[in-house]
Amino acid sequence: MLRFLLTRLAGALVVLAIVAVLVFALTRLASGDPVALLLGDQASTADIARARIQYGLDKPLPAQFMLWVGELLQGNLGQSLFLQRPVAQALLERAEPTMFLALFAVGIAALIGIPAGMAAAIWRGGAADQAVSGVAMLGASVPSFWLGLILIQFFAVKLGWFPASGYGDPTSPLGERLQHLMLPALVLGLLNSALIIRFTRASMLDILGEDYVRTARAKGLPEGTIMVKHVLRNALVPIITVLGLTLALMIGGTVVTETVFNLPGVGNLVVRAVLRRDYPVIQGTLLVIAAIYVFINLGVDFIYTLVDPRIRLEGK
Amino acid sequence: MAAHSLSQAPTRGPSWLRSAMPVVRRLFARRIVLVAALLLLLVIGVAVLFPLLSDADPSAIEIGERLKAPSLAHWAGTDELGRDVMLRIVHGARYSLLIGFITAAGAVLFGTLMGMLAGFFPRLDAPLMRVVDAMMAFPDILLGIALVSILGVSLWNVMLALVIVYTPRVARVVRATTLVLRELLFIDAARALGVRTPRILAKHILPNLMSPILVQVTFIFAYAILAEAGLSFLGVGVPPDIPTWGTMIAGSLDYADRAFWTIFCPGLAIVLTALSLQIFGDGVRDLLDPKLRKAA
Repeated sequence: MLRFLLTRLAGALVVLAIVAVLVFALTRLASGDPVALLLGDQASTADIARARIQYGLDKPLPAQFMLWVGELLQGNLGQSLFLQRPVAQALLERAEPTMFLALFAVGIAALIGIPAGMAAAIWRGGAADQAVSGVAMLGASVPSFWLGLILIQFFAVKLGWFPASGYGDPTSPLGERLQHLMLPALVLGLLNSALIIRFTRASMLDILGEDYVRTARAKGLPEGTIMVKHVLRNALVPIITVLGLTLALMIGGTVVTETVFNLPGVGNLVVRAVLRRDYPVIQGTLLVIAAIYVFINLGVDFIYTLVDPRIRLEGK
Repeated sequence: MAAHSLSQAPTRGPSWLRSAMPVVRRLFARRIVLVAALLLLLVIGVAVLFPLLSDADPSAIEIGERLKAPSLAHWAGTDELGRDVMLRIVHGARYSLLIGFITAAGAVLFGTLMGMLAGFFPRLDAPLMRVVDAMMAFPDILLGIALVSILGVSLWNVMLALVIVYTPRVARVVRATTLVLRELLFIDAARALGVRTPRILAKHILPNLMSPILVQVTFIFAYAILAEAGLSFLGVGVPPDIPTWGTMIAGSLDYADRAFWTIFCPGLAIVLTALSLQIFGDGVRDLLDPKLRKAA
């Protein structure tokens, strides 16, 4: 058991190291000099050279990479070129809307996805299955920003039920800020429920084919008991996994939705950093988001092993 | 009518046609798959043929006609510069479909190569798959943004970025199938007959990978059209002067409340095309997946 967990942890660390190299390579391959951008047209060559030295951009790439990793290991994500503050601080300031939005959206996705997927599996091939599969495919075919724009037109502009954009005053009560998240969370929840529906359906169908379900039926147990006690309970493990992964992906996947609704979240931070070539912010955010994904993945693996002993036996 | 002619297996004609007919018939047994296929055919046909047959200019600006609601003269209305939205959707279909096709083809090419190598050679498995894991730790759209911002905003760079984004996906699917295939008896048999490894990969593994690959092609095609729209919306996609379905929405954003059709209609084109692709892909999967076929 312990060996299995340690192997997984080592694997995750290797992935993180590759992530770090990829992130570093990505931003350094970019065209355009961030220092020239930062200092503007008026800067002299000498000014630019001085600033390059100040930010360590004059050193060879491997040295820059080692410097960066060294700082990372001390928990320092670097200094933003434009925001006049450390990247970590900028990220923390932007974390709240993104985190609430992701949680809110996963909640909506689960509320839609799990019952719909169950219905599709139980009445497999029937009208309910067809309808649910159709809706799931529709969800995977709609651009999030387009749905966002339509919901804004309808719920915010026409009906005036929800604010159309922003996150309100930072000093306003939490409830008021959360109201700003209703529409964006609805967009992300609706679209991401497609994956949950598919997963729930597949996972339920897998379990429905198991021998113990046939045994339970042969014993004459009522269908409801079989579904809840035997099928759903076992099917929940992979469903929880996919919920966890959806949450992990959503933390970085809110970029487009945050832009539509003008939410001051992490996604918004990245888009602006990309447009201004603010390397440290791009690097830091990509790295943190990928790390969150890897660790949630790892955590999900651990929970999985605890719940289902077959997995750790296979892993040996 | 189409279903009727399909139901009669041809008794003459080349042998591949005779063996293909039952497959085609099964694929279109679900009416919705047939509808999706016809819709795709229509979109592709219009995208390819219309610009050849008509010299109407999708960029023609007519200030007097700006922001006109849909009518007989302008089926989908006009945008903020008086350009016909329907005409631009038809021209945009070329670019959106091109992006989807090139992305799917590129991702499948590289992904299949990576996946086969990782699945067939245990020594390459861990290194290749850790890189795939690392790439998949970035949300699609975020990786796309980062790549386009580095490569620069252009039609080709968007495609290149999307190929890089979707290659790991294909690699994972192909690797998983290759791992299963590798252990099958016919591979042992081929090896015992002295068939060399490259030939085993090309002649024995690859043909058996075709069904999962085909399914991936349709899905990535759909995702790429959606991703292009998202990237263009954020300003890191296709340059605004090229009419793709994404750039059309991005361009008319400020007029959403006055001229809803300028963003609604191109979006509808995206939804219908992506949905058709997925339904078609689903049909192909049902057809080719032996596990599903047995259960049905």
